[in-house]
Amino acid sequence: MSTEPLVTVENLGRIYDVSKPWLNRVVERAPIQLLTAAAGVTFSIARTETFALVGESGSGKSTVAKMVVGLVPPSSGEVTIDGISMTHRRRSSERERLRRRIQMIFQAPYASLNPRWRVENIIAEPLRAFSVAQNADEQHKRVGELLRLVGLDPADGVKYPHEFSGGQRQRIAIARALSAQPEFIVCDEPTSALDVSVQAQILNLMRDLQRQFGLTYLFISHNLAVVRHMATRIGVMYLGRLVEVSPARELFRAPRHPYTRMLLDAVPDLDLTERGRKAVEGEIPNPITPPPGCAFHPRCPYAFERCRVERPVLLPSAPASVACHAVEEGRIKPGAGVLEGAVTP
Amino acid sequence: MTDPVLSVRNLRVEFPTRRGTLTAVDDVSFDIMPGEVLGVVGESGAGKSMTGNAVIGLLEPPGRIAGGEILLQGQRIDHLPYEAMRRIRGKRIGMVFQDPLTSLDPLYRVGEQLVETILTHSKMSETQARARALELLNEVGIPAAKARIDAYPHQFSGGMRQRVVLALALAARPELVIADEPTTALDVSVQAQIIALIKRLCAQYGVAVMLITHDMGVIAETADRVAVMYAGRIAEIGPVRNVVKSPYHPYTQGLMGAIPKLDSEADRLTQIPGAMPRLNAIPRGCAFNPRCAHVFDRCRAERPELIPLERSAAACWLYDKASQPAETAS
Repeated sequence: MSTEPLVTVENLGRIYDVSKPWLNRVVERAPIQLLTAAAGVTFSIARTETFALVGESGSGKSTVAKMVVGLVPPSSGEVTIDGISMTHRRRSSERERLRRRIQMIFQAPYASLNPRWRVENIIAEPLRAFSVAQNADEQHKRVGELLRLVGLDPADGVKYPHEFSGGQRQRIAIARALSAQPEFIVCDEPTSALDVSVQAQILNLMRDLQRQFGLTYLFISHNLAVVRHMATRIGVMYLGRLVEVSPARELFRAPRHPYTRMLLDAVPDLDLTERGRKAVEGEIPNPITPPPGCAFHPRCPYAFERCRVERPVLLPSAPASVACHAVEEGRIKPGAGVLEGAVTP
Repeated sequence: MTDPVLSVRNLRVEFPTRRGTLTAVDDVSFDIMPGEVLGVVGESGAGKSMTGNAVIGLLEPPGRIAGGEILLQGQRIDHLPYEAMRRIRGKRIGMVFQDPLTSLDPLYRVGEQLVETILTHSKMSETQARARALELLNEVGIPAAKARIDAYPHQFSGGMRQRVVLALALAARPELVIADEPTTALDVSVQAQIIALIKRLCAQYGVAVMLITHDMGVIAETADRVAVMYAGRIAEIGPVRNVVKSPYHPYTQGLMGAIPKLDSEADRLTQIPGAMPRLNAIPRGCAFNPRCAHVFDRCRAERPELIPLERSAAACWLYDKASQPAETAS
């Protein structure tokens, strides 16, 4: 493993203004309302690694993904890819060259492909945009190779997206992402819209391609089992903040943060081990008015006075890092994860 | 032996279109006993929702029941006139759909919607109905139900809305509840709460449940028996433990292998090649044959019926004594 991480995210934050329109604010004396979608997010991704962000809806994982690729400007913090700042005002020419090396795969393969373009054009767009292919012949040849690479027929290039099933469309999206020969791909819930048997095909394909081209993934998902299968390291998000960052195995073997434990307990049990799913109290609070202190404290069985007033920061708890007062003070030990606790059938 | 609450016999649902008739549900039969949860799983296009819609008489035209019978407590309810069916829906069959926002009217307070449902199906005064509504909200675990009864649906979170929908479904004390992907739109932690609630309430009232979902995890936790559907037919049906742990049908086996598991170190997931056929191109013989690893000649020519196997049944020629390929599926 190389020493220098490919992607470094530091103290990344995004605040949205969700206030009512100006006139309403004046008439109704309504205050300005700010929604903190992400705050203080710090992590790094090594080359050829898969870093996954997990969390429930509203945890800010997609916002972080969009900020990493530069689709959403961050309100604070910095993203550095291969030593080049994505957020710095200057050095935009360097950033332009960097763009080719970053691609994205989205959740909905219906919305992410232009229905009025032939598949050939969809896949060739990055080739044109980054002037990868010299002429039309080479472009055509390259598109054929890419289609074959993702398990489709080169003859499919003349078809339109609606002629394909969801899984095939996601293959097209992957071919498009690969066409500019990127090193880093951000995948935002790439299989959430797919059926399980198709999901397995796409996940296997993504792993094969990673090995073949030495790709680095930032993988966003709400599905812990999918993340378990794909990731080398995992960051768990809750209400816009990272609560635990851990090597994948460690997270499932010994989850530390109470929220991580809750998430693991909530995963349906397919082995019928009578582990039983623990129903968790409560839901994610409104991000406009997050609870003070640790955002998780209203739902946390281990919450005490300090959690209600002081926000915990990510502290190393080797080999993971955890943002939890109870873990810091040693009041709770790393939990028994699904790996140890699981009864082998 | 008690009689089943719902009994579906050789159900066939067709969609006449300009380019020919499509068969969305083909020869589907199953029973649900009182207090039993039957899980119906399958991938998109398998016909699971269509089966549910046929039972409650809500097939979208031009879809129609082209054959078979649906019996509720021994009484035929397919082909009932619209008015008669309307009286059964809500009163004897409760429904829970995927998206709680679309099943609740955004313009009415949840209390009003509950009271309306209660008054439609039972004779009581408005005050009694309101008391009953409050009781129901408490039962489905709405915190501070007394204060929340006059709130609008948008003031509830997704999980709370689904609780309200469940209260509506149970308002008239139905004999059968059809839940179509009730937890798909919810986060895992909330999903666990709703599943626990459905299980508890149905056990409490002895309601039979038809749980339609694509999520094997939800089925494994909730259902007593499972029917696995593929291309409009039941591929395998049996007790949940048998189907999940030792499936017979190659499709079920593939499906179980394709699910990423928390405790597996496997590098690759088992994958089934190809995709579910479209309704206008269902292969001859067994619909699964082009994707099946154990396929042999008979599968391409003849369509298998459900073959009883110990406690399950699977529609696969591998288990027919007449066709004797040396292969055995593990």
